[in-house]
Amino acid sequence: MSIQVRNLSKSFGDFHALRNVSVDMESGQLTAVLGPSGGGKSTLLRIIAGLEEADRGTVLIDGSDVTNVAARNRGIGFVFQHYAAFTHMTVWDNVAFGLKVAKAPKGKIKARVGELLDLVHLSGLAPRYPAELSGGQRQRMALARALAVEPALLLLDEPFGALDVKVRQELREWLRRLHDEVNTTTIFVTHDQEEAMEISDQIIVINEGRVEQSGTPDTLYDRPVNDFVMGFLGPVTTLGGNLVRPHDIHVSRTAGSAGHPARIERLVSLGFETRLVADPGPGADPVTVQLTRNHIHELALEVGDQVYLSVSAHPARLLTALEG
Amino acid sequence: MADVAIGGTLLRRRGAPLRRPVSAGIGPGLSVLYLSLLVGLPVAALISKSANVNAWSFVWHDPHTRSVLEFTFFIALAIAVLNAITGVALAWVLVRDDFPGKRIVNSLIDLPFALPTIVAGLVLLTLYGPGSPIGVNVAATRVGVLFALLFVTLPFVTRAVQPVLLSLELDVEDAAACLGAKPLTIFRRIILPAILPATLTGAALAFARALGEYGSVVLIGGNIPHTEIGSQVIANLVENGAPQAAAAVGLALIVMALLVLLVLALVTRRWSRHA
Amino acid sequence: MRKYVLRYAVLGYLVMLLAVPVFVIAYRTFAHGLSPVWDALSSHAAVNALELSLLITAIAVPINVIFGVATGWFLARRKMPLPWLVNAVINMPFAMSPVIIGLSVFVLYGRTGWIGTYLFAHNIPVLFTWKAMVIATVFVSLPFVVREVVPVLEEIGTEQEQAAQVLGASALQGFFRVTLPAIRWAVVYGTILTVARALGEYGAVNLVSSGFVGQGLTLPLYVDNRVNQLDPTAAYSAGLLLALLSLIILVGMTAFASRRRRQT
Repeated sequence: MSIQVRNLSKSFGDFHALRNVSVDMESGQLTAVLGPSGGGKSTLLRIIAGLEEADRGTVLIDGSDVTNVAARNRGIGFVFQHYAAFTHMTVWDNVAFGLKVAKAPKGKIKARVGELLDLVHLSGLAPRYPAELSGGQRQRMALARALAVEPALLLLDEPFGALDVKVRQELREWLRRLHDEVNTTTIFVTHDQEEAMEISDQIIVINEGRVEQSGTPDTLYDRPVNDFVMGFLGPVTTLGGNLVRPHDIHVSRTAGSAGHPARIERLVSLGFETRLVADPGPGADPVTVQLTRNHIHELALEVGDQVYLSVSAHPARLLTALEG
Repeated sequence: MADVAIGGTLLRRRGAPLRRPVSAGIGPGLSVLYLSLLVGLPVAALISKSANVNAWSFVWHDPHTRSVLEFTFFIALAIAVLNAITGVALAWVLVRDDFPGKRIVNSLIDLPFALPTIVAGLVLLTLYGPGSPIGVNVAATRVGVLFALLFVTLPFVTRAVQPVLLSLELDVEDAAACLGAKPLTIFRRIILPAILPATLTGAALAFARALGEYGSVVLIGGNIPHTEIGSQVIANLVENGAPQAAAAVGLALIVMALLVLLVLALVTRRWSRHA
Repeated sequence: MRKYVLRYAVLGYLVMLLAVPVFVIAYRTFAHGLSPVWDALSSHAAVNALELSLLITAIAVPINVIFGVATGWFLARRKMPLPWLVNAVINMPFAMSPVIIGLSVFVLYGRTGWIGTYLFAHNIPVLFTWKAMVIATVFVSLPFVVREVVPVLEEIGTEQEQAAQVLGASALQGFFRVTLPAIRWAVVYGTILTVARALGEYGAVNLVSSGFVGQGLTLPLYVDNRVNQLDPTAAYSAGLLLALLSLIILVGMTAFASRRRRQT
């Protein structure tokens, strides 16, 4: 089920959450809406769901205009940031809710809920109340609840934001597998670039109510259209006035054709990787370089050494400039 | 099947009604209408009834009415002050002290809210009236009225202060103690500022309640002019066929109560800016 | 040491003000054994007073619960015109003496009142009947449910309701299946307070009652009447009955007080 968003604008008082946003999401894909907090990404998701009304613009689902269709008639699954569990219902009743209000036959409800609880590994906890679950379990229950009505479109608002790192890592892999299994179109909002890179087919970067860039994770990482996208998608450092990725910098002991001289200030060992911070002299910011430990050993680098830094391989910004 | 297979149903549902139907405003409108009929209209009728020079001149010039209004105001003020002290003490003991039966005592605090006022009056008359088993007879005296008002207003300050005391962090008091502060200094400098707004809120509610109290004082007051408070004057005026004067006295009482609540609102607003 | 002084001073105050009086009334009621109490309570006038009290409570409480929940919901979730004014009006019964509330009903429904003129012209008796007493009771017990429901609604927020909406629930389904269960303890607590006030109201109903024994008296009015008629046994019996009812209410308040602000 494909989504087309056209010229969407939304303000809350003086605050412009969305300014003339147009994006496409393709059927069957897992799309991440990525951006800093307060950038408008949740608002976009809520307008697609019908939970919020846009000031201007339209939302098309599979080509038909749903701008004025109530949320309950859009046939979507929505997973809220704080789960929005029905606190007075058991896990089983939470998952069955959508089927019950649709007046599905009892046998059908029983079978479907059982199937979903298996899918999210909560079968044993069916009679529990949400207050008796851990954060991760509550999140899986929220997912099962959203999936119960067999939505062709699944929307998730910062689904793993409130969980600790380890659970988050597990759940994101699991979400990717789930997406492939149930074969829906999925859109999720996140401010975590690693999360977006790891599991999505497409990333839409939103900042200050505008779409900065959309495309595959590789496109965005390697060919960002501006400094914001480049900085948001991965680590950056400045070399000779250009923004580059720290792992794209080549370190040499001898001055090459375009080498910038610098003195090693610090060497921080992070296991496999070693971070090198070098001072290019007065008036310039320190440059951060990511190297492997072996590389450091080969060059026998020590704090205080003079080195020459140049952009190696495919300098991302230059490439874009050439193509653009 | 069709109910749950959304892929199919969605298309059928697309023409469904708009999210905000015109009827969305009807509910709140009905609520407002109900409130206007139930509260607004009677109060407007009362105000309109008192809109009469003779009625206000009666309130102003009738010596008995004036003295009753003065007495009502001052006894309500006394009740507010006394409650501020006893209420904080009660809340303190219930939060910081521990003794067997504390939970029962805690629920006993709400008794004056649950007990019908006339029964409260009867109860007090039995204990502190003629033939008192403990030999205290304050029936038909102003002290008796004070007892009755203390009884019905008991929960206000306690219930306002209790949650604030509960939320205070003991760390702050410990820190003050480490810095050499004596217990009384800690109470005055640390605890009192924290519970003062709640205490005042409770005291103002007790004041408003005392100002308008009726059921609990009619019996112990002994039905003599000397112990009457505002509500009794109103009831008597109605019985004697003077509803206009009664309405004027009623409005005078309402204005007193509103003034106190207004002052309280202003004071607490200034405090909350500090916090 | 200081701790004990404060503890026993406070407990002593409570005992003298609350506990002893309640025991004394129980003692006085049964001073002459059980049978006079039974006779007093089974008299026509006492039975009638109890029936009238129950009738008024049975009408006033559901009205205030339904209205209270609805208004609370509109205040917390929808756009209310002039919300501060609506709030002030809802809290009005707390700032007004019950006698003044009774008086305002009296004035409105009296022979020359705005509504009374019409009623008297068409020979529809309201003032000095149970109907006026119901109106006065609804007025005085108006705020309890609204004031309990609004903070809980604000605390639970709108996420659960939105989740229900996205899952296909209509506004009514969402309200009855999600919102109402989530606020049920607050509703129960507010209802208990409303019942307590409706059963025990004296000042407001006194002014609009006919005052006829065996016809126009609620239980609290009957207590007052018996004291004035120097019939202590009947007064104590009816008073004790009311005290017992309020004891049940108190137990209910204690049981639900901690639950009302919790969601589960």
